[in-house]
Amino acid sequence: MNDQRPFIIIIVIFLVGLVLLTKLFMIQVVDDSFSRRAERNAIQRVVDHPYRGLIYDRNGELLVYNNPIFDLMVVPKEFTVKDTARFLSIFGIEKEQLITAYNAARKYSSVKPSPLIKQISTTDFAKIQDFLIDYPGLFITTRSVRSYPTPIAAHALGYIGEINGQQLERDTTDYYEQGDYVGLSGMERFYEDELRGQKGVKYKMVNVRGVDKGPFKNGAYDTASVAGTNLTSTLDRDLQLYGEYLMQGKTGSVVAIEPKTGEILAFISAPFYDPNDLTGADFGKNYTILNSLNSKPFLNRPIMARYPPGSTFKIVQSLIGLQEGILFPETTYACNKSLVACHNHPSPVNLFGAIRNSCNPYYHQAFRRMINREVSSNTFKDTEIGLDSWREKVLKFGLGGRLGVDMIGEYGGDVPSSKLYDRIYGEGRWKYSTIYSLSIGQGELLVTPLQMANLAAIFANKGYYYTPHLIKAIDGDPTRIPAKYRTKHEVGVDAKHFDLIQDAMAEALYGTANRAIIEDLVIAGKTGTAQNPHGEDHSVFVAFAPKDDPKIAIAVYVENAGWGGRAAASTASLMIEKYIKGQITRPALEEYVLAGNFIY
Amino acid sequence: MREPDIPINRVDWLVVVIYFALVIIGWFNIYAAVYDSQAPQSMFDMSINSGQQLVRIGISVVLIILIMAADHRLFENLALPIYLVFLFILLLTPVFGKEVNGQVLSIGFGSFRIQPGEFAKFATALALAKVMERPTFDLAKTKNQLVAFGVLMLPIVLILLQPDTGTAMVYFSFLIMFYREGLPQRYYILGLGFIALTLLALGIENNLYLVGAIAILALILISIGKTSWKRTIAFSAIALLMIGYTYSIDWVVSKLPPHQQNRIMVLFNPDIDPLGVGWNVTQSKIAIGSGGFFGKGYLQGTQTKFDFVPEQHTDFIFCTLGEEFGWAGSFIVIGLFVALLYRLVVMAERQKTRFSRIYGYSVVSILFFHFMINISMTIGLFPVVGIPLPFFSYGGSSLWSFTMLLFIFVKMDASRSQQLGRIS
Repeated sequence: MNDQRPFIIIIVIFLVGLVLLTKLFMIQVVDDSFSRRAERNAIQRVVDHPYRGLIYDRNGELLVYNNPIFDLMVVPKEFTVKDTARFLSIFGIEKEQLITAYNAARKYSSVKPSPLIKQISTTDFAKIQDFLIDYPGLFITTRSVRSYPTPIAAHALGYIGEINGQQLERDTTDYYEQGDYVGLSGMERFYEDELRGQKGVKYKMVNVRGVDKGPFKNGAYDTASVAGTNLTSTLDRDLQLYGEYLMQGKTGSVVAIEPKTGEILAFISAPFYDPNDLTGADFGKNYTILNSLNSKPFLNRPIMARYPPGSTFKIVQSLIGLQEGILFPETTYACNKSLVACHNHPSPVNLFGAIRNSCNPYYHQAFRRMINREVSSNTFKDTEIGLDSWREKVLKFGLGGRLGVDMIGEYGGDVPSSKLYDRIYGEGRWKYSTIYSLSIGQGELLVTPLQMANLAAIFANKGYYYTPHLIKAIDGDPTRIPAKYRTKHEVGVDAKHFDLIQDAMAEALYGTANRAIIEDLVIAGKTGTAQNPHGEDHSVFVAFAPKDDPKIAIAVYVENAGWGGRAAASTASLMIEKYIKGQITRPALEEYVLAGNFIY
Repeated sequence: MREPDIPINRVDWLVVVIYFALVIIGWFNIYAAVYDSQAPQSMFDMSINSGQQLVRIGISVVLIILIMAADHRLFENLALPIYLVFLFILLLTPVFGKEVNGQVLSIGFGSFRIQPGEFAKFATALALAKVMERPTFDLAKTKNQLVAFGVLMLPIVLILLQPDTGTAMVYFSFLIMFYREGLPQRYYILGLGFIALTLLALGIENNLYLVGAIAILALILISIGKTSWKRTIAFSAIALLMIGYTYSIDWVVSKLPPHQQNRIMVLFNPDIDPLGVGWNVTQSKIAIGSGGFFGKGYLQGTQTKFDFVPEQHTDFIFCTLGEEFGWAGSFIVIGLFVALLYRLVVMAERQKTRFSRIYGYSVVSILFFHFMINISMTIGLFPVVGIPLPFFSYGGSSLWSFTMLLFIFVKMDASRSQQLGRIS
């Protein structure tokens, strides 16, 4: 009767074994979600953030470095204090502060570290360092923030901050993670890939309470971080500092370029801010304040503000005229004020005199000949052809488009084409009399201060320029900078035509900008006044010096400061003196600029 | 010349080899469960579990030698006294024992403590063998059934007083032995049907589906076959009882203590509360599931090392194996258990006395139940009940009681030629 029962029992035993092995096969081999959950459980990925590269000025002076700040961390479970009074005096905190921080730490976790005292300075750290050993459960973590020994060049250097969602999306290499710091503007952003270095990763194991249990697989998968590359900037710290000193309280731009290389020596956007304000714990607070100011300190004026070039543009006109064989040194026009307003000066004038006196009617007449070349019998058509051909030549001066400086957000300015006027007035419904204000750098022309400085460099170089840039060397190697900053751009005007221009510019100071004259240093310059429909005109001055061996080309814009001969020319002259001579011999002029009363 | 017929030559060495294989694998896993890569200690270090377990294994070897050296009639003669002694100790345990987490499981002096609930298993096996060995003892008879269940129920009741539901549950495994010894099949069909209905009632959210299924099944059974009032009434009554049971089970569950309720609910849906009640099962499955085919390697487990799995050196020891040796390791250990159980059934069937056959099946029953339930709970096939994996789990009482349970049978088997055939 019971014969089959032993077999049934054996079958049940085997069946149970089979069921268990099948279920185990399902969860161990088929379903891999358990492995992932196990990793999430026990393996923590800790990113080892590299030191960001440092930035030096052209003379090796440190502009940006990493400042370590220290947080005192506590593991509540291990932390005991026998003598509270002594503890408080060593660590320099109040009893209530200690209790609050300790309770917060306990609330978070009794075995994981929490900060007890945040952002301890290096000096305080040195004081407490030796006492740490007496207190179990306390240790120091180091973070670093960007720091600026001389708080200058905020716009050029830029700042770093937490990466935002859009940037994370654009990061196709998956390098960045939420919470990472990236360069958000200026050189910090443009040279992010160089400066950031390479993150390291450590995999560590943690137990169920999050307590560190050592490296995963003895660190087989860990990678060390690689510090970022140091950059050398083209900026001259002392010149930059002096420029900001002069521009304090004003609105405008100063851009100084070394003509032979295109290296930007000073890059000032006023009003500026202390770059140290956008580091560390106060970043958010300070950013909000600065961003809300009407003076717009975040606006990077040298590359974002666009103004009509004004009289400075007459030099470009002269050069094009000379090259085209339309103007000659002896070409003479009368100062016919019925064409366009002018100030009083001897008349008629030749080209030299026209530049020296900045004669508006001269250029009105000269420009007409450049535009209306009688290639077409139709005046309208003739103007259109003439304008577009002229525009081609102007563009070669680095106008009407981005120069390509190593900063994000550069505007290109505008040199109008026939299409623009067709849009405004209709095709065939405009002629020279419609566009004549271009002749004296007004009308639809727009340039940035950086482009103006580049024009000064072109005048100094007698016909070529290097794209202005802020990078001088990467990791000390000047050949590692982008190739486009080592490429010479010719403007299509023969060098011989520049001699007269340079002489006239040197002479022009005596006509329009007496204040800029330095006794034993020949400055070639040209004033300009950018018309401002909203208020006082903007004061403009471009110059280079020394005239015979130019070391510096400069453009200065001071908004709402009237004539170029006052605010801009004085500032440029002081900058040139500072750069060439290293010292200021005209304290009165310096005071005049600092006082800032240019309208009278 | 004929070899002298001494018991040692007749020892079933396969069982002994499997026993030691399991004990040694278990010991390695206990070491793995406490191993800390940051502060590695020797496997033999007495301050950690593996060192202590080694001592217990040593004591087990002594127990084996004593059992093998004893007279084969000793256990048969002392079966009832041993049973009575352990009943007495079980009775004393709640009074003199040490309370841990509301349970009184152990009794003893100083650091030497035993869990009488563990040892009472082989005592009960001996007692059942003793009372059932008479040739006239027929489990089909109600009187005999009452006697057998009486012997079984006494330790169960005493263990429930501790209270230790898991261990008490183990005693129901003797039903496997009863099955072999002729307890009528209808009890098992009824019992399994009852369990199936319980699981369905708990597992299916909406009772109406189940009620509908029962009603349709009853209608089909009534409509086919010959029609008689008696038959119709009988089926209807059974169907109504089942429906009533379906509804009452939810009520019963709601009256259970919360931790038992949770254990049941988690079985059906471990994700209801992965950090709370489901934690044990979830973490246990993660540990085992992350092992893959060949495992992470010995001492390389992260889940069991870093305390994600609770009680991993005792009831959840299988997790360490699953994580570090993968499916291959699980296959070997389950294979060893199945082989052992198969071998024990074969051995039980070759016994010449009914006493040793019954005892043999009791050993099969207890080991099989522990093996099945323990591994099932670690992979979420059964609610979490605190019963150890035989020969594997850390702890003296369980190792010694399983060793004695097994080797008393090995001794009986080795001495079978000296016994007079009394099998009916």
